[in-house]
Formats: sequence, C-alpha cells, structure tokens
Amino acid sequence: MHKSDTESVAATVAATPRVYGPGHKLIGKDYATADLYAKVTGQAKYAEDYHADGMLFCKLLLSPLPHARVKHLEVRAALAMPGVRAILTADELPPPADTLTDNGTVIQANPNSERGLTMEPLYRGEPILAVAAVDELTAAEAIEKIRIEFEPLPFVIDPLETLRPGGLNPRKDGNIWVRPPAPAAVAGSPPPAPPPPTIGELKWTEADFAEAKGVRLPIGKTPDEWSYGDLEAGFRNAALVLDETFVTPDTSHQTLETRSAMAYWQNGKVYVHTGTQSTAQTVPAIARWLNIDVAKVVLISEYTGGGFGSKGTAAVSLVIPALLSKKANAPVMMRISREEETFIGRARPSLLGRMKAGFSKDGRIVALDMFVISNNGPYDAQGDVPTSGRIVSLLYQPQAMRWRGATVLTNTPPRSAQSSPGGMQGIVIMEPVIAKAARKLGLDQVAIRRINCPEGKAPFGAAVQGKRPYATSAFLKEALDRGAEQFKWSERVSRTPKRIGTKVRGVGVSLSCFVGGTVGFDGILVIKPDGRVSIRSGIGNLGTESVIDVHRVAAEVLGVPWEKCEITWGDSSKNLPFTCVSGGSQTTHAMTRAAHATAMDARKKLQEIAAKKLGGKPENYDVGNERVFRKGGGAGMTLAQAANYAIQLGGIYDGHEVSPDLNKVTKASVAALAGQGLVAAAKDNYPRDGATFSYVASFAEVEVDVETGKYYIVDFLAYADVGSVVHPRALGGQILGRSILGIGHAIGQKWVFDPHYGAMLSTRFSQSKPPTILDVPVNMQWAALDIPDPETPVGARGVGEPPVGGGCASILNALSDALGDDIFRRAPVNADTILTSVEAGRPMQHPLKAHI
Amino acid sequence: MSDIDGKEKIEPPPSTLSRRDLIKGVIVGGVAVSSASYLFRASTLVGQSARGTGERLLTINVNGQLRRVDVMKQETLAWTLRHKLGLTGTKLGCDRAECGSCTVLIDDVPHYACSVLTHTVRDRKVLTIEGLASPDGTLHPVQQGVIDEQGFQCAFCMPGFIMASVAFLKTNPNPTRTELAHGLSGNLCRCQDYDKILTAMMRGAENMRRASRA
Repeated sequence: MHKSDTESVAATVAATPRVYGPGHKLIGKDYATADLYAKVTGQAKYAEDYHADGMLFCKLLLSPLPHARVKHLEVRAALAMPGVRAILTADELPPPADTLTDNGTVIQANPNSERGLTMEPLYRGEPILAVAAVDELTAAEAIEKIRIEFEPLPFVIDPLETLRPGGLNPRKDGNIWVRPPAPAAVAGSPPPAPPPPTIGELKWTEADFAEAKGVRLPIGKTPDEWSYGDLEAGFRNAALVLDETFVTPDTSHQTLETRSAMAYWQNGKVYVHTGTQSTAQTVPAIARWLNIDVAKVVLISEYTGGGFGSKGTAAVSLVIPALLSKKANAPVMMRISREEETFIGRARPSLLGRMKAGFSKDGRIVALDMFVISNNGPYDAQGDVPTSGRIVSLLYQPQAMRWRGATVLTNTPPRSAQSSPGGMQGIVIMEPVIAKAARKLGLDQVAIRRINCPEGKAPFGAAVQGKRPYATSAFLKEALDRGAEQFKWSERVSRTPKRIGTKVRGVGVSLSCFVGGTVGFDGILVIKPDGRVSIRSGIGNLGTESVIDVHRVAAEVLGVPWEKCEITWGDSSKNLPFTCVSGGSQTTHAMTRAAHATAMDARKKLQEIAAKKLGGKPENYDVGNERVFRKGGGAGMTLAQAANYAIQLGGIYDGHEVSPDLNKVTKASVAALAGQGLVAAAKDNYPRDGATFSYVASFAEVEVDVETGKYYIVDFLAYADVGSVVHPRALGGQILGRSILGIGHAIGQKWVFDPHYGAMLSTRFSQSKPPTILDVPVNMQWAALDIPDPETPVGARGVGEPPVGGGCASILNALSDALGDDIFRRAPVNADTILTSVEAGRPMQHPLKAHI
Repeated sequence: MSDIDGKEKIEPPPSTLSRRDLIKGVIVGGVAVSSASYLFRASTLVGQSARGTGERLLTINVNGQLRRVDVMKQETLAWTLRHKLGLTGTKLGCDRAECGSCTVLIDDVPHYACSVLTHTVRDRKVLTIEGLASPDGTLHPVQQGVIDEQGFQCAFCMPGFIMASVAFLKTNPNPTRTELAHGLSGNLCRCQDYDKILTAMMRGAENMRRASRA
C-alpha cells in the first residue's frame, strides 16, 4: 500500500522544528544511547544468541485440539532414542506458589491459571510436554515417537456462542471468572488473603438475543457495571441518539523476537536468558513459577526483541527449559518458532461493543450507555473490558454514563495486555459513533471532539467513596488545536472535489489517551571514588530507551556530564533497584520520579559530607560541575573526594545503612554495593494529586480507490500531550511506532479461525499482516506540547500506549469520511469489505463475528 | 459468511478423532500444528538417524574470511552463521522469508539467509552485520546513520534492515525517501519505527556519499 507521489503530498504537512526542554542541559535533548553500538554491529545478544557448553535443545508437543484431555501417554520409545536426554510433562511442574506482597498480604495462587504444560489443553497449540535432546531434529523425531491419545472435549471459539442459552462452555466449570468475596479484615493483622478467582457460568436469554435481531450486540446480564449521572434524562433531552455496534480484532503481539528462553543451573541457582519488559520484576515471577526462593534466580536480559505487553514479566513457558535443564543436568535452549509464538505468545482480545450515545445539538455527549464483551481466551482475565470504560469516560467526558462488561472465556490462545489494552478498543468502538454524530448534526469533526475533550483535572469512571477519580492534568485541547493547524485540517476538509475518477479522499481525526504513569519505585546510584557515577537500571530494554533515558534526570539534577555516567542494566545479579514493569506506559513517569529522588538523596549526602569535612551546615553547600561547594564561593570538594569521604564515613553514606522505606529488592542490592563509594538509594515518595494519563490527537488522510477497494494513507500526524519531553528522538519513535501499531488494526491484522476444528488459520505474518514500510506515508509527522505535568517533579509522563487508539481510529474515521457511514462496523477494513459494501450500499460483513 | 441472524449451527465436537486424523483434516484447511518446523541437526549425532542428513566439510567466504565448516545438505545459511560460525547478529524472526531479519549479502545482493542453503554459497562472498565495520572499528556509514539518528527501537530487525540498505545504496546512492522505502520493503519492523528508520537510512546514504567523495 504505497504511493509514489506521497512525498509531494506530505510536504503539505508543515514540519515545525520544536525545541524541547528549555532550561535543561540533558532533559529534552537528543543523544546517542549507550546500547546503540552493540545493536548496529550485531553484538547485542538476545536470548537465542547465547550458547552454553553442552547445551541441549528442546521441542514442544502441542495440542492439536482446542479442548481435550490426554487419555493415554506413552513416551518410552522416545526416551530410548539416542540423543534424547529428558522429557518433561505437566505432572512434574511445581505447584503454583502464593505471592507475598510488600505489605504482608498473601495472594493465593490460582490453581486454574496457566502453568506452561497441561494434560487438559484449553486451546489448539497449548504445550502438553517437552523433549530435550542433543539437537532439535532429534527432539522432533522423539516427539513423533510419542503415543498420545486425546479425549476431545466441547470447545467454543466465539464469545457470543458460549453466552447463548445452552451454549457450550470452554472450561468444564463455565465461561467467566468469578471473584469470591474477600474474608473480613481482622484488626491488627495483615489484610486477609483474597481467595483466588473461580470459574462460573454466564448465559444470556433468548430474549436478549432476539432484541438485537442479529445485527446489534445482544445485551444480557454482566458481572460488572458502574454508572454516574442521570442517563435517562440525558437520552430524553438529547438532540440525537445513536445506537451502534462495533467489532475489534484479536491481534497477536507478533514481537519479532519470539519467547525463546535458555536456562541452566549452577550452585543451586537457575540462570535464565529470555526477553522481558522488566529485568527487576521478572525475577520474582520466575521464582513463583518455579516455586523457589527469589535468591535462587538470576535473569539475563540485556536486549529484548519487542514486547508490546506480551512479555510483561517474560513468559511462563520459560519454566520448560528451566525444569528440563534441572532434569537433564545440562543447559537447555527452547527456541520458539513463529507458529509456536502465535499459539503460546500473547494477543490483544477482541472486544464487541455497543454504544448508545446521546448528543446535544452542538455535539456534547450528554449520555453514554457502553456495553462490551471480550474474547479472553481460556486463562486469567485481562483488564481490557473494565479499562475500556474508564478510558472512554475520561477521553470524551460524557455528562452521564453507564458501563457494563463481561470478560468471556473461549478455547482460543491466551491473551495479555497489548499496547493500550482496552483503551485502544474503547476508543475504536467510540470514535466512529462521534464521527457519525458530527455528520448527522452538521458539525466539524475537530469541533465535536473539542467540545467533549478532557481538560485539567478531568474526572473519569464511577465515584469511589462518593468522589469520582480524576486525572493529574490534561492539555489535549491544546494538542488538538495545534495539531489541526499543523495538519491544515480546515484546508483539507474544504478541498474539492473529494472524488477524482475512482479515487476518493477522506480525512479523519481521533482523540486518544491511556494511563501514563505510576509511582512508588526505587532508584540506586553510586558516585565512585574516581568521580564517575554508576547508575543501576532495573528497566527492561525494549528499545524505547527508557532503560537509559530516565537516568538523564539524575545526571541533570547532580550537574554531572552524561559522559561520566555509566548505566548497568539487563542482569539481575548486578544489584538493581525495585523497578516498575515497562507496561501500561508507566516507566518514563515512574522511573524519572525515582531517578529524581535518588539524585536528591545523593545531593543531600554530598552536602552533609561537605559540612562534616569543611564546616558549616549542609544547606550552605551546593552541588554542580562535578563538585560540592560552598554557596557564594569558598571551600569545596570534587565528587571523587566526596566519594572517598563517604567510604570513610560509612553508615548511610556508603550504603552500609539504608532508608527503611526502600523495597527489599533495593535493600539487598544496596547491601551488595555498600562501600563502593557514595551510595544513593531512594524511593519515590513524591506526592501526586490524581491519576496520570497521557493524550494524543491523531490526524489522517486516506485515498480510496472505490473500484479496487484498495486505499493509501496519504498523511498522518500525531500531536502528543505527554508532559515534559525527555528524549525527543526516542519519543518520536514511540509516538509514531505505537500509532502504526494502532494503524495495523485498521488496515489488516486479525485472527481467523476454522470454526469446525477450532483451528487458527492466521498463524504467520502474511496471514495477519502487520504494517510494512510501504503501508504508511514516507513522511509521518509527530509533535509534543512539552507542557510539564504539574504532579511529578520532572513533568514527564509515559507515551507507549496513548497513541495506539488514535492511530487506528483516525484511519477508520478518514475511511468513513471518504465512503460514508454504511460501509464497515468493524476493524480491520480490508479491500473486500470496501468493495462488497460500496456495491451493496450497506455493511456486508457479519455484524458480530470477529474471526472472519 | 454473512449468516446475518448470528445463529450459526454449532456442530457437536468430533468424538472419535485421533491426533493424526485431526492433522490430516487441518492440513486440508492449510495449517497444521507441527513440531517439525524450525529444526536443525547438530553435528554430534551424525549417522545415528542418518536418512540423508550427513554433513560435509565446506569452505565459505564470510566477511572476507575463508571459514571451514561441517554443513548438512538441508542446512540453511542462517543456521550455519548463527550456530556454527557464532555470527548471531543475523536474526531469525520467522524462518520463512516473511520478515527479513536474517538478510545478508551474497555477492553484494541481499538474501534471506533463512531461505538459502549453505552449500549453495560455496565460491560466493557472504557479508553479515558483523563484517560491515572496518577492522579498526570504524562504523560503516549506514551504521553511523543509525547512531546519528537514534534509528530503530528493539533492533531485532536492525541487522537485516542495515544489510538491505547497504545493498540498495550501493546501486542507488542518492534515493528519495520513497525509493529507499521500496528498497527496504522486504524487511519488517514490529516496533513499527519506520519513520525513524527511514530517516536513519537516509542519513546513512548521505554519510556514504560523503565518504565516497572524500
């Protein structure tokens, strides 16, 4: 999908060069990150690039059925083959471990969760057993020699089918998760353990299905619901009421690096090489899966080949090489193929949504009744359904709103969060409704979004203890205005003719937002006796560069040249701090706060050391230019000298004592670093009023050929409100990269199933195609407001998820601008959708099935 | 497909289906759950389950060096490079010529190393990402372009993109962004960092032109 003349068209989008981070030396400036050299020379090592002496390879036996029970298993012939070293089955997995949280609460393990191997596969492609052998061909031949008999069990692929009266259940106990009530708290003891969720059954009535007449999403009872405002009055007084159903696709994350993992045991510790979105938090996850002490786990993950939510704390499948390695007493490499990744990798759940929306005549949303169900796959409930409601309520500020939702289990591969989980689907279900309302009411598409736009401490969701939660800040209206100007929105809208020959132009705009940060994590840095600063990063290295970028804050605060700073990352044995998972766009916000707190701790210690050695009070001293010095001139010392004094002083100065509020992970790391210099370690205790979100206004123009159904994206602009800009180039990569991830959902990616066998047919890139370099304009545009968030010391918020919904919805809105409202009620929109619907004058695809 | 009333009949689950019957049925539909993909034979077991998998000693020219290596008949160049010659910069993202992560140059022409049999590259020059920089460590102009522009995110696709770019720029030293995008269209980036990649590769082109003038 490409146009040779796009360059001339792109020139109409004025690229205004912006200067970010005024008043800062490092924050807001471009620089080359420390991991780039290894990447460009091919030296960067991903999990599959490691080779240990005597390393075995393993292969998996995957379930050919979407739901079955293993009746009989005979592995003797396989084990007897030369070169076969071990076979691992589900009964050898350790029992799932409970989790002890930092405040003493025990989270009981869910016995119905995914464990890596199973004798009752719940989806086609689920691993049953694994064989370790001297090479992969031997392991695969051994798998062919295994005799296995299955008892097929009922299966269900489509969430609506299991909700029908008498519909089959995907698991023997039902089709939804139910959370039993928590036991009452006892005064003086830690909060009681919430019981693990159980599986229950949800069925709707024939009447529920009849009301929808097969063209709308039926509305039955749901386990979850909230509301605020007077919904009925809103609809009664509305100038326009729309009732629209929309279907979003299931999409695999398709990280280019699969979840391959290599493991070995040494001196009672397990060493695991795999990709992850968090070096620090994957260690406790591995310990829980293997049911061993966290002190026995070492994770090596310097480079990860994409995550997008699918490798939050790596993947449970890593227990397979870890346990096989123990059994065979040799390192084991598990290479995961692209097809295997489609099964055991993760995916975004499809959401089916129905929006009844009431608009005033100037376009304000006065009432919104939102109803969504998801296709969750067979395992743990994902948060997409509840999140979709909260994001829609924040982004469009309906005056009254009810949200209802159900997370429905099916026999399809397991889901996980994918960039903007739930937010993307909520936005994509809502945006076409707003686009249609604007056309019905004769309003401009930017104007109708402007009037509904969140601003300042915008409220969202239902009241909690009588008060609705609210955002830390929102400057989206400004991003929308500036974006409309940069995109020359008015010019594009008024350009005539829209159609030349068979080509029709359309323009679209979308609002977008998602969670943009969390709080409460730790940082560690050491000022060494040579004056250099060693910074420990527990962040996973996904290439967004937050693993390095956030630490620019520490250098900025201390006034240390960046060249004097060394970042250590990617190996849990190297004394890392307690760090957030790089998911949900937390990192830039959470870890710039922690970096700031850590630098302030270093600064305070430098001032105290100077006062002790040179007299006066700590506050008489300032830090900068690699020195701590008396304000207004006078005595001072270099950071190198201060580091040596810190070692002499010991105690809190060189890490022999630590602040009690640090996480136990951080405390252990500080203890190991004690005595190496001035050791600074701090928890982010900064206040925050509100919940942190980031926002994007997305603009797109498309050209559709109505004779072939093919369309091109002519131009695209994403204008972001993400607080202070930390690293402009990395930010631009995130804004456009995640926009294109969203665009993929508009133009091509989806799962397709064979309903008879319950078999997925879209197992390769070519069958659920992510955008290529030819699917997007050659000059995409991004910009950021660079207005600091008032509730965080650096002002920076996260960016990964917020552009995704707008990327998809701006394309969909541009398509409906070109073709009208009656062409599609689902994403993606492919050429066949356009051709058949344009010819018939109405949407021709099944209104409720995602897998077609 | 457009069963508008939404009440598609649910077939009862098959009750007497063996794994093999199921696979046969599914193969008709075009897919199969097979463990027999993405497989490689190590050298340790030669002859033990032979059937034409025996290795032969070859000499191939990789990054300007003659390397002697034992190779199976069906062994791909990607496997030889990664697992026998230790050149793990060449990545496998799909192993089926879809993603381009394994792109290497064979006599200056980009090829997917996952889909080239090693025995076919005897007497030809193979260049991988590891052989691109000068022996003194000076980066190739295209590599330098990536550093200059902070191109790429996770970089798993980067070696393939850089190799494809180097080959394209040798014959098209002064491309437009559109032309270069076409030259790189056999490579997939899942971080979808295309805009920054294209900017970095255009910078690489500029670096190459400057180097050839100097």
